[in-house]
Amino acid sequence: MSELRELYQEVILEHSKKPRNYRVLETANHKAEGFNPLCGDHFTVYLDVKDGAISDIGFQGSGCAISKASASMMTQTLKGKTTGEAEGIFSKFHDLVTGQAAGSGEDLGKLAVFAGVSEFPLRVKCATLAWHALRAALYGEEQAISTE
Amino acid sequence: MSTVAKTPHEIRAEPMFDVHKIRRDFPILHQQVHGKPLVYLDNAATTQKPLAVIEAISNYYRHDNSNIHRGVHTLSERATEAYEKVRAAAQKFLNAASSKEIIFVRGTTEAINLVAQTYGRKNVSSGDEVVITAMEHHSNIVPWQLLCEEKGARLRVAPINDRGELLLEEFEKLLGPKTKIVAIGHLSNALGTINPVREIVRMAHARNIPVLVDGAQAAPRMQVDVQELDCDFYALSGHKLYGPTGIGILYGKMELLETMPPWQGGGDMIASVTFEKTVYNRLPYKFEAGTPNIADTIGLGAAIEYLSTLGLEQIEQHEAGLLNYATQAVGAIPGVRLVGTAKEKAGVLSFVMDDIHPHDIGTILDSEGIAVRTGHHCAQPVMQRFNIPATARASLGLYNTRQEIDALVAGIYKVQEVMG
Ligand SMILES: Cc1ncc(COP(=O)(O)O)c(C=O)c1O
Repeated sequence: MSELRELYQEVILEHSKKPRNYRVLETANHKAEGFNPLCGDHFTVYLDVKDGAISDIGFQGSGCAISKASASMMTQTLKGKTTGEAEGIFSKFHDLVTGQAAGSGEDLGKLAVFAGVSEFPLRVKCATLAWHALRAALYGEEQAISTE
Repeated sequence: MSTVAKTPHEIRAEPMFDVHKIRRDFPILHQQVHGKPLVYLDNAATTQKPLAVIEAISNYYRHDNSNIHRGVHTLSERATEAYEKVRAAAQKFLNAASSKEIIFVRGTTEAINLVAQTYGRKNVSSGDEVVITAMEHHSNIVPWQLLCEEKGARLRVAPINDRGELLLEEFEKLLGPKTKIVAIGHLSNALGTINPVREIVRMAHARNIPVLVDGAQAAPRMQVDVQELDCDFYALSGHKLYGPTGIGILYGKMELLETMPPWQGGGDMIASVTFEKTVYNRLPYKFEAGTPNIADTIGLGAAIEYLSTLGLEQIEQHEAGLLNYATQAVGAIPGVRLVGTAKEKAGVLSFVMDDIHPHDIGTILDSEGIAVRTGHHCAQPVMQRFNIPATARASLGLYNTRQEIDALVAGIYKVQEVMG
């Protein structure tokens, strides 16, 4: 039960029910879809990148609580960050949810709530889906990316 | 010593299906998952294996392992005999007219591909049509799509209603002179719907159209009689039938199998080979190229024997009672909606929950030791039909109990509690 509570923390549940930046970005100059064929999770991430920084970000789609909360908190975290910083954060986030991080993700701020995912290897794909879509958007991959 | 003669009534009154006794035949069921007793409700994905199956495979490798249809030595003779005995058992199990109509394949998927690639490629041409239904598993969709793409033919899909039942009249309207084959599931793995196969075959045969039946889910749940159904092909998987993975059966009517070209070439499927001409072997070997999966075929034989001893009718009754119980109990939970409510249904309880994604349901139930499947169940068009991304699915096996359904219900309440 405690592992479950670690996974489904209040913050995560709250974000999954009321996702932030949950909108199509009219001004987007980058966008990409992320798709997990295994469970049908499907998100589109929209980015407005100006002078190497993410000036605005939004997402839409459907998925489980973990994938939705992760997408929501990703958009909150990355707004205003340079694309280089976004890369660095994703790399740390990835280490955190796969259990490879040295600490418990203190330097990730709010995103540290996802540490519990590392106890559920099958859910890592959920936690990283929107992030993979983000990378696809930044690097201009047109096709929907898939976690499989 | 006195023996009292039993009246027929008394014999019938004996408990014929003692599920608690049966559970002892399945070693895997007696374990804890996350500190809770395992409740295995993912039987539509694959079933657990009774000791008889595990031991048949092990004994084969310990005592009889050899290649078949080749050597004259004792082990080869034993292996060949054991292998062919399973063919005879499978014939009886499906009530096929001849054991030559039983072809061993890797599973349902391979069986369907075999028919699409042999019967299909020979008989379907540009402008022709293949008819399936909206509730098919991907393995009864994609092989036909591949065929249609290659031939310039068209795949037609018979619609279903909101309960997940085939619209028979709409189905019949799709049948015409261009229809070259009908392929339908006997029992839907995503919805549990039992299709009226006999009726469908009658409609198709009235127009001289052959019918393939995907029996992956029906074969473990009901008595299948291919002659009574009068279907032309019937496909099933051993691993869903309490047997091993990697082995399945394609039943085909002799007169159709005779006219079909072979699929794969190699050893065993030939009568004679020269570089100028190869003469193919007779049925069923024409379709069994190369060394087959001997050990798992023997395992499948043990599974068929096990099921026949329990009696398919008893299994069907047991599961029907359980499904009824589960439908009422799960259906009564506020915030839960059942997907697939056909009148004729078996084995499968698919559901969705308000504001809770099936993936989260699956993780939380697993933490309670309950194994269900979540996702699209290899039937994405079914999900699209019901406008949902996925469902959670509890699927029954002959060893499931009411207590396990109670555990599922408690687990669903737990899901609601965790997800707030
Ligand atoms: C209705 C149905 N058809 C076909 C299949 C495919 O069976 P297999 O993967 O054993 O080839 C399945 C298995 O999930 C099924 O449920």
